This record gives sequence, structure tokens and C-alpha cells, in this order.
Amino acid sequence: MIRRDVAEVVTAHPLLSGLPAPIIEELAGCARNVAFEAGALLLVEGSPADTFYLLRRGRVAIEVRSPVRGPLVIETTGPGDVVGWSWMVPPYRSQFDARALEPVGAVALDAVCLRTKAAADPSVGYLLLQRVSAVLIDRLQATRLRLLDLYEAPLAR
Amino acid sequence: MRPVLHRVVDRRRESDDVVTLALEPQGGRPWPFRAGQFHMLSAFGVGEAAISVSSPPGDAPVVEHTVRDVGPVTHAMCTAPPGTLVGVRGPFGTDWGIEGAAGDVVVAAGGIGLAPLRGAIHQLLASPRVERVFVVVGARSPAQVMFGEDLEVWATRGARVAVTVDVADRGWRGHVGLVTSLLGPLEYDPARTSALVCGPEIMMRFTARALLDRGVEPSRIRISLERNMQCGLGWCGHCQLGPLLLCRDGPVVTYDGAVPGLLLERER
Ligand SMILES: Cc1cc2nc3c(=O)[nH]c(=O)nc-3n(C[C@H](O)[C@H](O)[C@H](O)COP(=O)(O)OP(=O)(O)OC[C@H]3O[C@@H](n4cnc5c(N)ncnc54)[C@H](O)[C@@H]3O)c2cc1C
Ligand code: FES
Repeated sequence: MIRRDVAEVVTAHPLLSGLPAPIIEELAGCARNVAFEAGALLLVEGSPADTFYLLRRGRVAIEVRSPVRGPLVIETTGPGDVVGWSWMVPPYRSQFDARALEPVGAVALDAVCLRTKAAADPSVGYLLLQRVSAVLIDRLQATRLRLLDLYEAPLAR
Repeated sequence: MRPVLHRVVDRRRESDDVVTLALEPQGGRPWPFRAGQFHMLSAFGVGEAAISVSSPPGDAPVVEHTVRDVGPVTHAMCTAPPGTLVGVRGPFGTDWGIEGAAGDVVVAAGGIGLAPLRGAIHQLLASPRVERVFVVVGARSPAQVMFGEDLEVWATRGARVAVTVDVADRGWRGHVGLVTSLLGPLEYDPARTSALVCGPEIMMRFTARALLDRGVEPSRIRISLERNMQCGLGWCGHCQLGPLLLCRDGPVVTYDGAVPGLLLERER
């Protein structure tokens, strides 16, 4: 029953919506519903990347700590977004902090469980990688544009 | 066309390098204009520059311009104390077409690009045919976010307002990310949506693409193109972009026909 609830939530999230039901069932086996208070850390820089999150409500800041400038916000994410990429590739260590800016509801996916399932059934791994890559590419492109410092240039730049 | 003398009656700082000037025509009232149009402003002894009107059309006794200090003319404008006389020619160019707006309207602005849209947003919120107004704004940092008071007023008048910045520390409670990241979650109905986009051309291109991908008609996406202007009257050719003379055929154009290609050509 609980597992079906999680499966419904997983299906509704943009990252995985539209995937075949058996695949969703497989992935839901690695998922659980979680909630965070404002200020709580979902991910901690340097710690093992054993979980990633599909956000359902609330916003999360991706931060990096600077000894001189304090915590800097790299990006904020919200409902429909994915938090955590480092679980995909060795050394499976979180690169940034992820902090709840407000009460957050999310689906937590157990990365070890997912990696095991993907290794056992490459078709699951392929579909998952395809979905995650689409989001990653989107983020990378947005980051590239931000590097251009567009608003500083006068007029047509 | 000769400049008409206007007096600076108020100067308001929007950010460290942006100032809004309220100008009052000497011995008269401001002439009519439409949101999106621009004036040629002259700083005497320095030169002339194209600056959009940033106040809404109406019968106010002053007309406002929001200027970013980037060079000689804009520096003179940004540092002009109240009482200074400046020259004004215009109004020139095309407008945002607010009279025809209906249904949902997405307004996307980057940096100083919010200035030419400010009057349009005020008008959209007063239009009975416009159902929902979504305002998304991108700025470099929280200190560069302009028109803070207007953003609050628009939200209380029913606009869905979201602001994002490129860089921030933890003191900033808003979004951090590209302006296009604000468009995804908006619940507008693409089939009944028009969009007004103003900012750096790369930002406008990516915003227009995100809107097109959601199903907004290209002919209902308006962007504002800026090129160096001189005469403002379609005579000198300074503002030419492909077949367009932007002082006359722009600055506001629809994102269809040759326009998307012209943007790419120019930036190669
Ligand atoms: C229709 C229109 C509306 C505008 N509205 C506003 C407005 O509301 N507020 C505002 O602050 N500015 C606005 N501008 C921009 C303003 O006209 C220019 O920045 C102008 O060149 C400033 O003159 P200046 O003497 O201060 O600086 P300039 O010496 O002319 O330029 C300073 C710097 O800007 C660069 N630059 C100037 N013109 C261009 C250009 N066309 N393309 C790329 N780079 C350029 C120069 O290379 C230089 O680095 C508008 C321009 C147009 C065409
Ligand atoms: S500015 Fe002279 S033709 Fe447009």
C-alpha cells in the first residue's frame, strides 16, 4: 500500500512521468516519502552521495561554503526539480550542500538500490540515465548562460 | 526634429548604476506615447542616446526614464541633479501592443530590460481583457533588482511575480538561476498567451524558445531590439538590422518571420 503511494508520487514527478509502469514499480522500490523543516540539509558537501531527491513542494538552495564570503547560493530549485547528481558517478560524494529554504516535501531515492537495479537490468538503467541526462543538460546550458554575465553587457550583448 | 527642453524634477536610484529620472517639459505637459516607445535624450555638451520611457502612458505631469550608466551620455543623465535641463525628442518606434492584449500575458525581463516593460505591466494590470499577468525578472545580483516597489505593487494587484538572480549569498530569500528557469513552473495557457520579452538578446532568444516549446505562437511573442540610434526618424540607417530600421520598425518586433534568424546572424 505504502509502496503504491510512493509509486504514484514517483509517476507524477516530471523526471519519471510517462515511464512504463513496471519500470516505475522497480524505481518506487528504492523510494520513500520524506519531509524537511526549513533550514535542514538534504545533502552535505563531502558526504556519501547515497540519496537524491525529487522535489514535490518547497524550495531548496544548492550552496557552497566559502570561508571568506560565507555560504553562497549557486542555484535554487523547486517543485518538479531534482536535487543531487553525485550519486550517479564515482566517487559518489556530494559536491554541494542542499538546504531547505522552506518546509520541503520530496521523494528520496536510495542511490545504492537504484544503481544495483540499473546494473541488474540495463534497460532500467538506460531509461533512468536518459531522463536524468535531459535534466542535467538543461541545467548545464542554463549555467553556461549565467557564466556569460549577460546583464552586465550593454545593450545587444 | 529638435529636442524639447525638459527639467529633471526627481532622480531616484534603482541600483548602483541605474537611476530613474522624472522629466517635466518646460511650460507644458508630457506628450502622448505608448509603452515600449523610446525618446532620444540629450545631455547638453555631451551627446544624445535612445532611452525607453519607463513610466506608464497616462496624464502624469512627468515622464520617467530609467538609465544605466554605461558611457558618456548615460553617465551625464545618471548624475544630473534635479533642476538640470535635458533635451527630449520623440516618441519613436513601435510599442508593446498592450491595446490588443488579452488572455494570459507573460512578461519576461532581464536587467535594465525591465525599464521599457514597466509601463506596459501597469497597463496590463488595468486591462479588463487580460486575465493573468506573469512577471519574471532576472538580474545579476539582489542589489541589481530594480523597481522593488513596483514589483510589490504588481503582486498585490494580482500579477504572479518571480525574481531570480545569477549570484547571491544566503541573505537573499528568492530564486537563484537563469530567468528561463522561472518560466517552466508558470501555469499559463499557451494557446491564449502572449509574451513581452526585453533584456540582453541572448536572454530574449532563450526565453522565446522556452515559450515556443510550450506552444506559444511566435507571432504573439514580442521582443525589443536595441541598436545604436542616431536620427530616430528612419533616415540615417544607423539602426539597420537586416531589412529593419529599428527606430521605425522596432524596437518592439514579433518573434516570427526573419527576426529569430537576424538575431543569430548578428551574434555570429
Ligand atoms: C530603442 C532603445 C532603447 C533604449 N533604452 C534604454 C533605457 O531605457 N535605458 C538605458 O540605460 N539604455 C537604453 N538604451 C541604450 C542606450 O541608448 C545606449 O547604451 C547608449 O549607447 C548609451 O550612450 P552613452 O553615450 O552613455 O554610451 P556609449 O558611449 O554610446 O556606449 C557605452 C558602452 O556601450 C556600448 N554600446 C553602445 N551602444 C551599443 C549598441 N548599440 N550595442 C552594443 N553595445 C553598445 C559601447 O560599445 C560602450 O562600451 C536604449 C537603446 C535603444 C536603441
Ligand atoms: S536611427 Fe536613423 S534610421 Fe534609425
